[in-house]
Amino acid sequence: MSSSKIIVPEVSTRGISRRSLLIGAGAAALVLASGSMAFAQDPLKIGFVYVGPIGDHGYSYSHDQARQAVEKEFGDRVKVTFVENVKEGPDSERVIRQLASEGNELIFATSFGFMQPTIRVARQFPKAKFEHATGYMKAPNVGIYNGRFHEGRAVHGTVAGHMSKSGVIGYVASFPIPEVIMGINAFTLAAQKVNPDIKVKVIWLNTWYDPGKEADAAKALIDGGADVIVQHVDSPAAMQVAESRGAYAFGQASDMSRFAPNAHLSAIVYDWGPYYIERVNKVLDGTWEPEDKWWGLKEGLIQISPYNDKVPEDVQQAADAVKNGIIDGSLHPFTGPIKDQKGVERVPAGETISDADLLKIDWLVEGVQS
Amino acid sequence: MPLRIDRRPDSTAIRVAAPLLAVLLTVGTGFLLFMALGLNPADTLYQFLIAPLLTFYSLTELGVKAAPLALIACGLAVGFRANVWNIGAEGQLTIGAIAAGGVALAFWNEIGWWILPLMLLASILGGMAWASIPAFLKTRFGVNEILTSLMLTYIALLILQMLVFGPWKDPDGFNFPQTRLFSDAALLPVLQEGSRLHPGAIVAVLVALVAWFVMARTVIGFQIGIVGDAPRAARYAGFDARRTTWLAFLVGGGAAGLAGAFEVAGPIGQLVPTLTPGYGFTAIIVAFLGRLNPLGIVAAALLMALTYIGGENAQIVSGLPQAATGVFQGMLLFYLLAADGLLRLRIRRVPATNGKAVTP
Repeated sequence: MSSSKIIVPEVSTRGISRRSLLIGAGAAALVLASGSMAFAQDPLKIGFVYVGPIGDHGYSYSHDQARQAVEKEFGDRVKVTFVENVKEGPDSERVIRQLASEGNELIFATSFGFMQPTIRVARQFPKAKFEHATGYMKAPNVGIYNGRFHEGRAVHGTVAGHMSKSGVIGYVASFPIPEVIMGINAFTLAAQKVNPDIKVKVIWLNTWYDPGKEADAAKALIDGGADVIVQHVDSPAAMQVAESRGAYAFGQASDMSRFAPNAHLSAIVYDWGPYYIERVNKVLDGTWEPEDKWWGLKEGLIQISPYNDKVPEDVQQAADAVKNGIIDGSLHPFTGPIKDQKGVERVPAGETISDADLLKIDWLVEGVQS
Repeated sequence: MPLRIDRRPDSTAIRVAAPLLAVLLTVGTGFLLFMALGLNPADTLYQFLIAPLLTFYSLTELGVKAAPLALIACGLAVGFRANVWNIGAEGQLTIGAIAAGGVALAFWNEIGWWILPLMLLASILGGMAWASIPAFLKTRFGVNEILTSLMLTYIALLILQMLVFGPWKDPDGFNFPQTRLFSDAALLPVLQEGSRLHPGAIVAVLVALVAWFVMARTVIGFQIGIVGDAPRAARYAGFDARRTTWLAFLVGGGAAGLAGAFEVAGPIGQLVPTLTPGYGFTAIIVAFLGRLNPLGIVAAALLMALTYIGGENAQIVSGLPQAATGVFQGMLLFYLLAADGLLRLRIRRVPATNGKAVTP
């Protein structure tokens, strides 16, 4: 050990003080500015917690794109930190807590498994503001937000109903939670409007991100007769299987066409940017309140990526009609009559499912095999 | 002249030198890695290895993270010393957590000092019961316990999922796969207000001390060691290998099950589909990093916890990519094991006998 020292200045953020410390350095003598000094005119510190790696090209990637949009929009007025691949459970509580104790005043916890940890940390850091995605628990400093992913599914279901020759569609799904069930149902109902005999086979993976499992599920579904693959998991693995097996597929969360130029018919693109920018603006001008936002096609949070040239013009028009109907409110993806898997009528003709009921839906529609 | 690898005589100097060398090499390589990533290397190393040791809260978090690892690894080490390869601690932990959670839910919203002890007892019995399946198959039919214990892990995880997606799902939880939050009587107290450090950390240290004493100072510990090192000698001495197998599985399963109860009654507070980031598997690494010595295991568990918490810290404060934190962790483990091996073994030239190489 040489006698050179690294001096880390005393840093104090939100009551957590790190004692100044001298440690010997191997070779270089460096004076470090440890970067988290808190002054009055400091930029707003914002933290993002992702459940997957930012390179998943799916869900976490879409949040990270929005994180970059926030940085671009606000420049020096914000300082953004993100932590990727955070396991849902006890580890996430520590990560969220640490973001708060590092002085992040607005924290986006982007996965449903971060719900209890977010609520617990929020209680300990009443001045910080939290936004939790896809959950249901609010608090005085915790707002919640979600996307109407199922609206995009209805558009894609319309495409799939036209494009499937075998009449069997394979659905690679994550967890049987309302968000995913809603998507399967909306997709199936839309496809059945085109072809009443369509069957949707679902494989549950119980994970959001596991390329190996996702690929295996896609293979099994194609072996079982599916010629179109839909996914509610985050990697492009299923899409790549579809490409190599000559099936069609729909991308999840971001445009995945570069992974499967032939198979990729379209993707549901999540654009969280406008929502995040709105929330940051509200924190900056002091008007932030905990809210419960559920944005969809209309608000642009859900977008439909360009169709593959393989989708015929009339099919594109039929799908766009569904999209425009949802946007202008003339079409509700869940309009009765709707029967469940047992054939019991759940929604009478002409009626729709309310948002409150959708958010706790636990039944699949007729024609879904899982 | 042929070469030969053999053991260096054991010395305190080498025991001390091996980990020090490993840390130095890790710091050196980490410095280069972080520099190549365009970060301030000294600051990143500081955030990784030192900063988590400087605040009281992160020290308590070190305990929260290390406690289950140490507890499970101590149980496993008993078996590994006897050459009983229980790879299924994750499954035993899961069944233990289910047993504890079952008690918590059965007495939900009830008050009673006995609920928590009952949960802990249930978790130990649950973990033991799950571990006794591979023990039975091994002693009765000679089935390889590595396979059975590992495969039972996946079954245990599916049982957990079946419960939280099905009958044990929180009725007010919007159909999310999780149970109700346990009521207060089913939650562990925290040792320090504002932290998550629970009595499980103390139990882990106590278990390590007891395990050390049993392994080092009692006839049972001696038998376990002999069965592992010299099974034939053990047989001649009349030590029962079957009983040792059973003992190893029950101890390993019980400890893992208990760790499961501490997790769900402590930091988690309910049953969810994924209870741990693989503590049952990480504990295998911890057991060997601690050289199967319970006291070494406690140190290894703390080190392992430090690399996890430091990795999160380096991501948050220094902007280190998550993949690089994994590389750094792996590097530390690699250097530790390599330094250990290289310092404890030596390569010697030995004179050839009758022109034939002596095989070690």
